[in-house]
Amino acid sequence: MIEKTEFVYTTYITSTPQKVWDAITTPEFASQYWGKKNVSDWKPGSKWNMVSIDGSEITNITGEVLESRPPSRLVLSWASPENLGNKSEYSRVTFEIEGMGEVVRLNVIHDQLKAGSEMAGGISRGWPMVLSGLKSFLETGKAPDIMAIKGSCSAQSQSQAQSQAKVA
Amino acid sequence: MVVDEDKVFKALADPSRRQLLDRLHHKNGQTLSELCEGHDMSRQAVTKHLNLLEEANLVATTRQGREKLHYLNPVPINEIYMRWIGKFEQGRIQALHNLKQALQEKDQ
Repeated sequence: MIEKTEFVYTTYITSTPQKVWDAITTPEFASQYWGKKNVSDWKPGSKWNMVSIDGSEITNITGEVLESRPPSRLVLSWASPENLGNKSEYSRVTFEIEGMGEVVRLNVIHDQLKAGSEMAGGISRGWPMVLSGLKSFLETGKAPDIMAIKGSCSAQSQSQAQSQAKVA
Repeated sequence: MVVDEDKVFKALADPSRRQLLDRLHHKNGQTLSELCEGHDMSRQAVTKHLNLLEEANLVATTRQGREKLHYLNPVPINEIYMRWIGKFEQGRIQALHNLKQALQEKDQ
């Protein structure tokens, strides 16, 4: 029996459940604070991919939409692309989005992880960054400096270059 | 419940509460009874500290049947970190941290 581990992360965001849902599931929004984008039609049984935004379109994480109840609950299976089809390497992520007056409580439960695995180590560094970035993005309209990533910078300079070209 | 930063700093300003966070960092998802084991603190004291940590959002909880499980929630600490540490400093600070750890290990 392989030992499993799980993590639970909570953040309170001054926003609405729908905006939190959109920030997670809309590629244009996630690109701005996650450093990746999540691509799917978000219907139960559909595939979802976490994709690089540096132009390479590389899939970093893949899985299936297990449950989808916008804007309050999203459950995904979660695996590295090289483990596609190898169910024993799959973990599970649950987003619980609950409106509480002016704030939203977002719980992220990442369970069914192999204890001590590279994935468990990676996600335990990743989620706090992603959730802080999400909060900052929704509350201030921008991601913190530390989340500024090459992809979004180059996308911006590209559009700037395009507008400059138009002017010229 | 909106967590303000003061609550986070106050919650962290106590060695017993930091020890509880260390224990959750070592093993996530523990019950109250597990957290009381091998601890000098009374059950009441542990309960009180956990409540404060929960109010500061440093501990997240789930229910599993009758049991309440406690998880380390480092998201507020990450927010504090990001407030003062920019993306260019991050690499240098990590390098210094690694150097310090390597030198201290050597001394042992």
